[in-house]
Amino acid sequence: MIRIQDVNIKLGQFHLRDIELVIKEHEFFILMGPTGAGKTVLLEAIAGLIPVTSGTIALGGRNVTRLPPEKRNVGIVYQDFCLFPHLTVEENITFGVKYHPIDREKARSRFDRLVELLDLSHLLRRLPINLSGGENQRVALARSLMVAPQVLLLDEPLSALDPRFREEIRHGLKELHRNSNITFLMVTHDFAEALSLADRAAVMNDGQIWQTGTVNEIFEKPRSTFVADFVGMKNLFPSSFCDTRACIEGLEIELERQPANSKGYIAIRPEDIVLSRKQLVSSMRNVFTGIIKRITDMGLYYEVAVEINNITFTSIITKRSLFELNLREGLTVNLAFKTTAVHDF
Amino acid sequence: MFKKELFFWITISSGVVILAFILIPLVEMMTAPSMDMLVKTFNDKDVMRSIWLSIYTAGLAALISFIFGTPFAYLLARTDFTGKRLVESIIDLPIVIPHPVVGIAILSVAGKNHWIGQIMSELGIRIMGSVTGIVTVLVFVGLPFYVNAAKNGFESISPRLENVSRSLGASIFGTFFRVTFPLAWRSMLIGIIMCSARAISEFGAVVIVAYHPMIAPVMLYERFEGYGLRYSQPVAMWLVSICLILFLALRVLTLRSKKDI
Repeated sequence: MIRIQDVNIKLGQFHLRDIELVIKEHEFFILMGPTGAGKTVLLEAIAGLIPVTSGTIALGGRNVTRLPPEKRNVGIVYQDFCLFPHLTVEENITFGVKYHPIDREKARSRFDRLVELLDLSHLLRRLPINLSGGENQRVALARSLMVAPQVLLLDEPLSALDPRFREEIRHGLKELHRNSNITFLMVTHDFAEALSLADRAAVMNDGQIWQTGTVNEIFEKPRSTFVADFVGMKNLFPSSFCDTRACIEGLEIELERQPANSKGYIAIRPEDIVLSRKQLVSSMRNVFTGIIKRITDMGLYYEVAVEINNITFTSIITKRSLFELNLREGLTVNLAFKTTAVHDF
Repeated sequence: MFKKELFFWITISSGVVILAFILIPLVEMMTAPSMDMLVKTFNDKDVMRSIWLSIYTAGLAALISFIFGTPFAYLLARTDFTGKRLVESIIDLPIVIPHPVVGIAILSVAGKNHWIGQIMSELGIRIMGSVTGIVTVLVFVGLPFYVNAAKNGFESISPRLENVSRSLGASIFGTFFRVTFPLAWRSMLIGIIMCSARAISEFGAVVIVAYHPMIAPVMLYERFEGYGLRYSQPVAMWLVSICLILFLALRVLTLRSKKDI
């Protein structure tokens, strides 16, 4: 378990403020946020590589705030692998063994298990420079797991990899987590990674934690405009609430229930908005008519911006439906979404 | 590519001029002495003793620079602090100070009128006219070359490698000897070569602190003053040859091991 209480870190111009975080035993926790949010700083503080200015960090009930990194039993895996270039794969993996009281037999069997699990047996004699990105990262994982850390910190372990290897390592991470009792704390700026890997997550920005919760909670119920925007809720509008309706620019949007406040924001995911040419016959209570302002090719899908009363809604549709509906800019379309798709805060 | 244009020919010709400027005098000096003279000089005990003293004191200076310079270079490479620029400029000072001034400066603290000089004389350490004095001066002029080379070497190693090593359980010392040193030793060796090369060529500072015992450049100067060009050339020839062989040997050692990384 990782318990971070009221941690502040001053690092030149950068300031990590009032960090409170509890990560449960054997959890796969993800720390998200844009570049420069302070995710790596927090990670390195947990590993003991950056001193905290105030506050405490406890691992498994043990206060480690003032302990040097080698006494914390925390593994760290970086984005750029950081394998020791002068050592072979095998020497890299076994680097930490001599600092830990593991008997020879046990070390051997752990080594064999990791090599098998991460498919490294054919690489053991090679130097890191002769490995691919995915292979490098697998070695880095094996190296950190070889000393059986209590906590494994992963600093964007997938972002330096080709998409092909990324899938492979992502799968490997899941597998490793399931097969061990190690707590995983991973940093990423990619929300999709969080969705596929984590149980719970926290969103950081500007040296602070903005929201902590299950991944679904963050995905569906952001509590701030920053988090809403970060998780891809492209339709984000300030609005006033009356009864179970939100009013924006004369538009009345039906909500699932009455919000607590009279003013706030509503947020709708673009994939929850359905477009149609004909009047839609469905149970959806929010149906509007607007004009297509812009169609953007996003590669695998299209983003369609529809204007209603000076408000622009963004919807995502597949290439196929774009052609089937025969959508063009300037066309009048119907736009519909469920009341449950509208998140207010 | 700027081939065939005027600019190209300017770059080429300036290169030729520079190479000629460096090589012609050196080749001339090396080839001027007759075989007979060379053999005679080689058998001259004074000459060989001075060359040996030069190599020995320069090596000692490099060793001292290595011992004291390595931790300091590491500190400079890994930390950032206010006034770091100033500290770095102080390190570079011996490079820019005129050489005789270095000798004068060393003597001014080593003399009886200075408390450091008094302590040293009580301990029986003599700077003026001693091997200790020569080594002191050579460390002074050679140290910046070692510190800078080692610092560059350390800077080129990602601190994250050291972070990973610590997280795997290695102490700071363990990390330095198992990760940092194996990756930086080549830069350190280059630093040692540069430092000793600089030390071997020192004349101005040494001649003020210690005319005797005579290091090779001082001997060279004495032969030139007393007997003329013809008698100083063979000494120069032997000094340069022996140094070249030593440095070449060191370089070959470094180049050979470059293959395995």
